[in-house]
Amino acid sequence: MPERFVVTSNPHIATTQTTERIMREVMLALLPASAAAVYFFGWRVLAVIAVSMVAAVCTEAIIQKALKQKTTIMDGSAALTGLLLALTLPPTVPLWIPALGAIFAIAIAKQVFGGLGSNPFNPALIGRAFLTASWPKLMSTWKWPHAAQSLVQQLSASDAVSAASDVISSATPLELAKSMEVQVPLEPLFWGNIAGSLGEVSAMALLAGGLYLIIRRIIDWRIPVAYLGTVAVIALISRQDPLFHLLAGGLLLGAFFMATDYVTSPITRKGRVIFAIGAGLLTILFRRYGANSEGVCYSILIMNAFAPTIDRLTVPRIFGEVKGRA
Amino acid sequence: MHWKPFRGGTHPNPAKRTAGLAIEVVPPPGKVIIPLQQHIGAPCKPLVKPGDEVLTGQVIGEPGGFVSAPIHASISGKVAAVAPMPTYTGQEVLSVVIDSDGRDQKHPDLTPHHTWEQASSKQIVDWIKECGLVGMGGAGFPTHVKFAPPADKPIEAVILNGAECEPYLTCDHRVMQERADKVVLGLRAFMKAVNAPAGFIAIEDNKADAIDRLTRVTASLPQIKIVRLHTRYPQGEERLIIKAILNREIPRGGLPADVGAIVSNVSTAATFADFLLTGRPLIQRIVTITGSGIVNPKNLEVRIGTLLEDAARYCGGLQDNAAKLIVGGPMTGPSYYDLAVPIMKATAGLVVLTEAEARKLEPIACVSCGKCVEACPYGLLPNFLGKYAELGRIADAEKTGLMDCRECGCCSYVCPSRRPLLHAIKSAKAEVAARRRKG
Repeated sequence: MPERFVVTSNPHIATTQTTERIMREVMLALLPASAAAVYFFGWRVLAVIAVSMVAAVCTEAIIQKALKQKTTIMDGSAALTGLLLALTLPPTVPLWIPALGAIFAIAIAKQVFGGLGSNPFNPALIGRAFLTASWPKLMSTWKWPHAAQSLVQQLSASDAVSAASDVISSATPLELAKSMEVQVPLEPLFWGNIAGSLGEVSAMALLAGGLYLIIRRIIDWRIPVAYLGTVAVIALISRQDPLFHLLAGGLLLGAFFMATDYVTSPITRKGRVIFAIGAGLLTILFRRYGANSEGVCYSILIMNAFAPTIDRLTVPRIFGEVKGRA
Repeated sequence: MHWKPFRGGTHPNPAKRTAGLAIEVVPPPGKVIIPLQQHIGAPCKPLVKPGDEVLTGQVIGEPGGFVSAPIHASISGKVAAVAPMPTYTGQEVLSVVIDSDGRDQKHPDLTPHHTWEQASSKQIVDWIKECGLVGMGGAGFPTHVKFAPPADKPIEAVILNGAECEPYLTCDHRVMQERADKVVLGLRAFMKAVNAPAGFIAIEDNKADAIDRLTRVTASLPQIKIVRLHTRYPQGEERLIIKAILNREIPRGGLPADVGAIVSNVSTAATFADFLLTGRPLIQRIVTITGSGIVNPKNLEVRIGTLLEDAARYCGGLQDNAAKLIVGGPMTGPSYYDLAVPIMKATAGLVVLTEAEARKLEPIACVSCGKCVEACPYGLLPNFLGKYAELGRIADAEKTGLMDCRECGCCSYVCPSRRPLLHAIKSAKAEVAARRRKG
């Protein structure tokens, strides 16, 4: 027993839910999606993920060493950024792509702004946007899983398509829908037996991870619900298949794992709903009218820019404050 | 009746190990140290000097102003010293040290007031003051001041706070369970003091036995309602308890009387009932001595001025791995470095944490998760308040609602980055208060 006991200010107890643990749990929640990627695209996927994560962590460590700051790589945030970035990449990318993307994400999108908690934009999405702008060809070279060959043939044989099957086999379901009005059936979309980025193909795996985060109260359900709801409602109004829009592309990955990023989303509940509705509107606009068939990445990045403003506009009412009077 | 929960808050581990343990009466100690300020407001002036003989219940400190409450000797014996002594608040306070004569002789002036029901409101308020009553839930605000609201603010409801939302503590729970009659009698007297037509006893629904007990005791009293509150910290905070029961919000910067309510603690009411029935002023209270660092956690009835170490010894002493001493609940109570300080009127207990429980992780950067914003029951933005406070931007903090903080500590509790939000906010509030005093 000590001679003099420790004295601190209150409260003397705290939740066991730490930021470090949250980062690890988000990575855990991405495990099903990562495993699905390996299942559908083969072991090479692991190399893409590993390169991205290692590059992200090393970049953070080197910058902090160089600037003589405290090394914070153990908080897990850099590793998570690396994982998220990898999951947005096509399975065919050469390995220097995830490396460069992760370096850019950590160095430019995170550390330049002051590191954890200070970055205005989601670093993983900035990394992806940087790669897409710089190497558009590599970032849009898709492949269908081996297990999907019969589906590809079936799609190629449909009346609506006059193109050769290699066009089909190098396009994502969203691209097929946009350019050729071929709709991939919902079932493979749900399980993930389709072309797409590593982490976006299996809707089921993403839903499992997302639900886990909601149940563990790590993410606010309002963001995915409002985001997905907005996309579904607008798809319905514009006479498109809402389920197809929800399951195809990066929407689920974005809604559960990117738009819910603490640092770059609003802190108020109301603000989060507005933020998510905005992202949903932009996503469907991009998908419909944009040059590309996908728009989740830019939608979230654009809403990131509005997050501080949304926070300012949705400051909660202080207890005992009379409406209309300050 | 189950009442609407408030927005926000949190659910710390209740850790109420002593909830089922009956109150044990500790014999008067050989020595007491009685600080002459145990309340918010002006300190008392000593009425005794070293060498004086005092009797149990004798007034030894007279109020130093309106916002103050008299202080009584809690044992009989000889005054050993009148000197500044340390208290667990961190302040040295002028205190009367009494060595017991072992006889616990009562002062002859202590007479019961059995006919209180015929007394006037003013008489009852005078008795509240005479009793030396202060809020025994932890705040220590002089009770007679509460019961003297401005004439233009009629009191419609007296609310007894039996929420006991702080983890670990069970003293109020035991008082409600074992001394329900006194709690109700105290409430009736309080209602009479301000001519309030309605009385409520509000209890969190994790204390079902106390709710049942009080419901039975008040079965024939239609003017008193027992309120089941949702168990959620800090449900027992004055503003939130009034909101739950009356669905009224105290305006910013206002007082309970502004919405026609007075809130008092159940132990305060039971102590006042003792005073009416026996004439005994506030010289003893129930405390919960608990935590993993205590060998045999207990609920004790002790004399005011009993040293924490005497109370801890009665509970088998401290475990070898005891590492932190918290006086009161772990959310709002201060910590202190040793046990050689007295139990005061507002001391609800002692919580001793072990090394593992007391370990605090280093704070890391705020990640704007918004958990503090969600947890704040008062609609504040603790992350911004904390940042402003740390940067010395006090004016910005004030604009963001700094002074609306009731210091419940939910923000610090839920922060996954362990930011000392409440600490920063309290420092900033103290700065503002100091500036306002200077004018």
